[in-house]
Amino acid sequence: MTGGRDFVVRGKLDRWNLRSGRKPLLDRLDVELTERCDSDCIHCYINLPAGDPRARSRELSTREWMRIFREAAELGALTIRMTGGEPLLRDDFAELYLYARRLGLKVLLFTNARRITPELADLLARVPPLERVEVTVYGMREETYEAVTRVPGSYAGFRRGVALLLERKVPFVVKGAILPSNRGELDEFEAWAATIPWMERSPSCSMFFDLRARRDSEEKNRRIAALRLSPEEGVAFFARKPESYRREMARFCARFTGPPGDQLFACGAGRSGCVDAYGAFQPCMLVRHPGVAYDLKGGSLREALGEVFPRLRERHSVNPEYLARCARCFLKDLCEQCPGKSWAEHGTLDTPVEYLCRVAHAQARYLGLLAEGERAWEVENGAERAGRILAEVESS
Amino acid sequence: MTEIRMEAAYIPSEDVVAREIEGELIIVPLAAGIGDLEDELYTLNETGKDLWARLDGKSTLQEIARGLAEEYEAPPGEIEEDVRGLVQELVRRRMLVEASGR
Repeated sequence: MTGGRDFVVRGKLDRWNLRSGRKPLLDRLDVELTERCDSDCIHCYINLPAGDPRARSRELSTREWMRIFREAAELGALTIRMTGGEPLLRDDFAELYLYARRLGLKVLLFTNARRITPELADLLARVPPLERVEVTVYGMREETYEAVTRVPGSYAGFRRGVALLLERKVPFVVKGAILPSNRGELDEFEAWAATIPWMERSPSCSMFFDLRARRDSEEKNRRIAALRLSPEEGVAFFARKPESYRREMARFCARFTGPPGDQLFACGAGRSGCVDAYGAFQPCMLVRHPGVAYDLKGGSLREALGEVFPRLRERHSVNPEYLARCARCFLKDLCEQCPGKSWAEHGTLDTPVEYLCRVAHAQARYLGLLAEGERAWEVENGAERAGRILAEVESS
Repeated sequence: MTEIRMEAAYIPSEDVVAREIEGELIIVPLAAGIGDLEDELYTLNETGKDLWARLDGKSTLQEIARGLAEEYEAPPGEIEEDVRGLVQELVRRRMLVEASGR
């Protein structure tokens, strides 16, 4: 015994900071409990109708989810992110939630809050998720909210759910999606978000929407693409507070480590992953290429993470266009190009996504990293430029 | 100050879940009100972990302290003080309860 008194170490222990410095095989698992949703948002990359019988019949059973949660805990996961679709559409949500918490897992819940009942709010208050619930907000009033969700009564349901969370003091944060109907409400949204006790910063907003991850509808993809902000509009949104945006981005860009090279999964995909509603374990939430998913119904998280995904992470691009552009581009960290986005847009893992490329270039021009007409993959001194921007910001 | 009885046995509370990840003992609150913040977890240092493993609801703190003193070849009085201090802290944090009071 040491005779010391600091027996208990309290803190925001998360997936990165075990005192030993060691990392478990799995630190966090995403689970998409259903693809069904009680909203019918045009911009959504995954939603299916709430009552979709085929989707419902294919979904993992309660017992199957429990097995996956149990294995995740055994492998060392601290957090399980429950998303969808709308995860609260599952009749067994409370059962699954309690099961995960009793395994000692923190639960990060993504929801539209409409199916938060008094009973569920009580449960979340009594057995806290230990992660702030994340509520997506589509508008500040009925007509703007329901122009997005296309479900009458959904705004009232969202307000009811949020009121219950506030009343029961269940910690939550909100995030938004910038769409034509609610663009004029951004300031109002941010002002309201600031009144929520657990909001520590302005809410994040999605605007560069992903196409359908199942590649299930050309028509839906056309409509999603039409809802995206233009790159210039996106930059204007980011730069509404120009000083803080420049400062934050200059620091971010200064950490650029150079072009990513030809390795396909240069991100964290495959170190963890996402289990879809039907038991396919994907290296991340977006990439649903059949060649990279692992069927958990006939296997284990351990095998996927220990044997299958590491091989996947060694894969290299062979697409000449990707190799000539993305692999050489110093804006890679600023750009959302990844195998998942490539899959949704083109059905491949390594085709440059023009829209994302234009967004990254627009940001880089605004920040002074690129001159008009320059192409980032042709720039040799990207790191030097990022260093110069940071020095300018720091000195001002 | 929480009163600790060395002649009593203690056991982990049902309000927490203890997990071992990569050799580290992590105590995850299950019920509300264990942590001061909503997303806090706790770990025990090596000393705490060693004691926690012996809190089976049957062995008294005196017995546990004797066992630890033998294992560590340390003065029993010093070990007893450590055990009392840690148990006091864990009981105060609702992570541990007296076995009979469970």
